[in-house]
Amino acid sequence: MTKILVPVKRVAALEDDFRIREDGRDVDPDDLNHDLNEWDTFSLEQAVLIKEAASSEVQVVAATVGPEECDEVLRACLAKGADRALRVWDEAIAGSDPIAIARILAGVARREEPALVLAGAQSSDHGQATTGIALSAALDWPHVAVVTGLKYGAGDARATVTRELEGGVMQDVDVACPAVLTIQLGINKPRYASLRAIKQAAGKPIEVLGLGELGLAGDQVGEAGSASRVRRMAIPERGRAQMIEGTAQQKAARLAQIIREFRAA
Amino acid sequence: MTMSGILILAEHRDGELRPVTFEAIAAAQEVRAEIGDRVTVAVVGSQAEAFVPALSIAGVDQILTIASKQQEFDADTAEAALAAAMSDCQPALILLGHSVDSMGYAAAFATRHGTGFATDVFRLAFDGGQLVATRGGYGQKVNVELDFPGKRTVVLCLRTGTFKPDPKPGKPPVRSLAPALPESRARFGAFIAPEASGDVDVSAVDFVLSIGRGVGEEDNIEQFRELATKVGATLGCSRPIADSGWLPKSRQVGQSGKTAVNCKLYIAMGISGAIQHLAGMKHVDTVVAVNTDSNASIFSVAKYGIIGDMFEIADELRKQFE
Repeated sequence: MTKILVPVKRVAALEDDFRIREDGRDVDPDDLNHDLNEWDTFSLEQAVLIKEAASSEVQVVAATVGPEECDEVLRACLAKGADRALRVWDEAIAGSDPIAIARILAGVARREEPALVLAGAQSSDHGQATTGIALSAALDWPHVAVVTGLKYGAGDARATVTRELEGGVMQDVDVACPAVLTIQLGINKPRYASLRAIKQAAGKPIEVLGLGELGLAGDQVGEAGSASRVRRMAIPERGRAQMIEGTAQQKAARLAQIIREFRAA
Repeated sequence: MTMSGILILAEHRDGELRPVTFEAIAAAQEVRAEIGDRVTVAVVGSQAEAFVPALSIAGVDQILTIASKQQEFDADTAEAALAAAMSDCQPALILLGHSVDSMGYAAAFATRHGTGFATDVFRLAFDGGQLVATRGGYGQKVNVELDFPGKRTVVLCLRTGTFKPDPKPGKPPVRSLAPALPESRARFGAFIAPEASGDVDVSAVDFVLSIGRGVGEEDNIEQFRELATKVGATLGCSRPIADSGWLPKSRQVGQSGKTAVNCKLYIAMGISGAIQHLAGMKHVDTVVAVNTDSNASIFSVAKYGIIGDMFEIADELRKQFE
């Protein structure tokens, strides 16, 4: 059996009105909405496509690091085609940066021994583009970032991937497996979960692991195990945008004037 | 040994240094006084010395050329070469670009060497003797200030197009390093230029009306194409629209698409303003953003902002041109 590990993140988006938390180091949790990271819908879909194309058994394992609330994104992964879902949590993990999270995911990978790890190229909330490649170093595995094409059959010794460079330039990379690839938007068209699949996912087990089961100590995670620490969050100045007010008609009339002035110049 | 000074690993592709290398040199000048006053630029390749003339600018105190088997980027080679340069000059700060190449090895380097690490940094400062790096959070809606307690060396990947280079000639000494570099576990092939689609090229035009995710579905594209024609603009788009195949890649504005280099008026409708999109249009003189979300980061680069529904504004705008 070939396993593909798909690390996923429950990302946070701000409500229209939000406040900075009292200690100044994050947004008030009441002002956040959560969802499965958009990039992870592509990495998960890619894993499911490999499974569907394989003639031998492939198991897609979705894994996340976080408290119980994260079960909802794992259930979304199960509904979209993951075979198993794993969640790692311990209070000591709070405050972890992506490098510490990657260390935890490496523990999961050592346990699961996947042939391939498909991570999102970045997360939609903080966009650090760090976890997947940090994970590859924690495992000492080959890696390719920002992948928009993948030729790999379950059990293959190597994968041919296309990475996407600036300006739409592409480059093929031939990489030895097991490897960690970070998946870019657009590599496939992620499927929607059917109602039936969502119902079935609700009843599937989620395996929960602690640090001890992964052979990690408390000081390897959290702030102590991180490469950076959030000192302060602040609402940025809104730049120079001059807001056009009024009814939709008045706003459009001002916009029309801007266009006419430009065309007359 | 106390770490001091700044190390920059130059980024190059297809025989050209990437602009972010000069941006990193500019960023280094902002903090060099606090961090130990020496800026080293290392460059890796089979013909690394070819970049010495271009890197010989004021503000660079030393150039290190590192010989590798191949000229172009390779993640394992870049990581090992950066390790050799770090061990040579013991820097307190390493500056890279937040580019696709750096995304391919910088986090691996930081993990392996236990350095401080942050990406997409757009501001560097010192506070009470501590390095503070600022980046965006929650879809660029807040600024996140990071520090790096206990780290002897900090690696920062800088947001591209942020620090302004002002290169003046200089004559820094050049040294060569010949570290034993590992056999790469990946083979990086030739560069493939984007296909010419025969459709318009948004980098060539001066007026772009661009649509993003707010457009909702493919059937809604046509009315914006008609609106663009009506007002004399070329229809552009953000990544999700091109990824969905609703418009060709040649109309996509942003880091992985086109930069709207000739654009003077850019109307962004239903585009929230991911940094990758902003990279392709934030330089435009007049940006007008239309978005329902008053916190959308597109408003931070716009000259004029309209909070409202893109369909409603489009309908009214159409009437203005009838």
